[in-house]
Amino acid sequence: MTTKNRAILREMVSTDFKVRYQGSILGYMWSLLKPLFLFAILYIVFTYIIPLGKAVPHYSVYLLLGIVLWNFFTEATMQGAGSVVARGDLIRKVSIPRYLVVIASTLSALINLGLSLVVVIIFALFNGVMPSLSWLLLIPIIAEVIVLSLGISFLLSALYVKFRDITYIWEIFLQAGFYATPIIYPLAQVPNHLHKWFFINPMAQLIQDARYVMVTHAQATLWSSVHSIFIITPFVIVVGLLAVGAWYFKTHSAYFAEDI
Amino acid sequence: MTNKEVAVAVRNIHKEFVLPQNKNTTFKQTVVNIVKKNNKVTQKTLDGVSFDVNKGDFFGIVGRNGSGKSTLLKLIAGVYTPTAGSITVNGGLTPFIELGVGFNPELSGRDNVYLNGALLGFTRKQMAAMYDEIVSFAELGPFMDQKLKNYSSGMQVRLAFSIAIRAKADVLILDEVLAVGDEAFQRKCNDYFSKIHDDKDQTVILVTHSMEAVKQYCNKAIMLKDGKIIAHGDPMDVANEYTLSNFDVVSTDDADDNSDKVNNYTLSVKPVSSQVLKSGDDITVEIQYELDKEAGAEDVFSSVALYINNAPIVFDTTRDKNMVSKIGINKIRYSYPTGDISEGAEVRVVAELWRKSRQRHNDTELAFIDMKNAATFKIISPKRPNGDVLRKRGAWTYGD
Repeated sequence: MTTKNRAILREMVSTDFKVRYQGSILGYMWSLLKPLFLFAILYIVFTYIIPLGKAVPHYSVYLLLGIVLWNFFTEATMQGAGSVVARGDLIRKVSIPRYLVVIASTLSALINLGLSLVVVIIFALFNGVMPSLSWLLLIPIIAEVIVLSLGISFLLSALYVKFRDITYIWEIFLQAGFYATPIIYPLAQVPNHLHKWFFINPMAQLIQDARYVMVTHAQATLWSSVHSIFIITPFVIVVGLLAVGAWYFKTHSAYFAEDI
Repeated sequence: MTNKEVAVAVRNIHKEFVLPQNKNTTFKQTVVNIVKKNNKVTQKTLDGVSFDVNKGDFFGIVGRNGSGKSTLLKLIAGVYTPTAGSITVNGGLTPFIELGVGFNPELSGRDNVYLNGALLGFTRKQMAAMYDEIVSFAELGPFMDQKLKNYSSGMQVRLAFSIAIRAKADVLILDEVLAVGDEAFQRKCNDYFSKIHDDKDQTVILVTHSMEAVKQYCNKAIMLKDGKIIAHGDPMDVANEYTLSNFDVVSTDDADDNSDKVNNYTLSVKPVSSQVLKSGDDITVEIQYELDKEAGAEDVFSSVALYINNAPIVFDTTRDKNMVSKIGINKIRYSYPTGDISEGAEVRVVAELWRKSRQRHNDTELAFIDMKNAATFKIISPKRPNGDVLRKRGAWTYGD
């Protein structure tokens, strides 16, 4: 990426961040406070009211990590889907590379993910989770969720220019996805022979892997559930979505300025 | 001018837009349109436009609203993609076609400078180096930490312009920037344009409605009409062609009521000579009116009056009392030599219809053409007109 494009990206992301908390007294603090309070609520609900994860060690951290990754996915793809239209003023007037607006929205979401992960780590330490080198494996896992979100964002943002129904459909899809992914319930509550079907979903694979490297080994992962060539399915989906999304975006971006 | 390097080559550009009402914006509409086999309604905005801009040119694009100027500019800037044809740009291009692109009202003036600068292709470091200059040029020092939404529109334009002129690109693209700002700001614009006009390596493409700017700065110009180039070359000719086209529209728009409706005489005055004249040519108009038997033709005469620029009536023919009226349609031509009129002046001719009275100075006015429906002429000027009326310069005497 050229220095010019990097400068544009930087300004777009910082504008996003500055404008987001305009007029609020606590300002940037909300980026930390929001996940913190959300976690507090979830912790109370799933520890005392519906103890789904009694069998899972450090269930609260386990839960929070899943929520944080899912929230990133939701935020990145929803913001990403609307990004081209939202930046219509720029796209109609300046010939900056169109993919920058999608990347900018993903980066904004990534900043929030970073802040949320700080909160998760604090929770984890308080909860007695021992820090270890395996936490570093979160990096490729986060890279995977970024690639997945980007691919979907490219596809949806280009579609959204012509079909404004897309965001509604995607919102419903995300609602369904939230329950199809083992986020609030441990996979142990699902019969073992069904696990392999859950792991077609890249989000299920990467959330379970993140939990494995950071919180507890006492749970099912893609690697423990699928023992055939189909183990590559979630990764093929991630790469495939990026390829399709980038291709669709590229072929349609020449006409964004007039179609918005 | 020969053998110059071509900076922008535009070849047979066509651009069509799908009209918005037939766009498929929801799945339902898409399905409905597929089922009904609706044909797309397209609008041809540009229809086979070709030209070259050489390195160092100050190239003007003029045309009335809707003629395709802005579309052409967006195509050159790479915002739009042509339906057919090609555009080749040698060297870097400002991605800018408007002032203040990307300005965010919720950000401070300072943040907006950096944001806008990034879109212009500057890094944060480069912007930091230029920041003080930009602020002082815009004369906005005390306001830079305030949000842009609290700026007046004039302040916003000043800020945007101050950033935009930092743009360093082989080809600068400017759209209508001259049309904004107060007089002091316009002067700054003019200084800037003079500066880049004198820079023989700087290529500029300017879209404007200001014929003065075209005459003063451009060395080449094109005029667009309905997506086609209808005048090409010398900016003086193109500017005059544009002035003429604006007259045409006035006379076609008002063709039917280019007469005073309150009278029964259907009085009208129409230009016969060219509406854009060289100093010394004759202005010729045709006055037409109709008299029926009831009104009678006896003692009825017509007159014309001339207005130049904003001056009151400078010439009136009421005393001529040309008694030539007859029952039916009357057509009379009138000519006036323009040798005495200042170059660049606008001349408007109105007509009046009178009935002569037996008493002196007591003629009755039957009908008149108001200023709105006057026949309008423009005397071309090689220089920027200064708005005066007479051409003769008079003589000075020094000492006592």
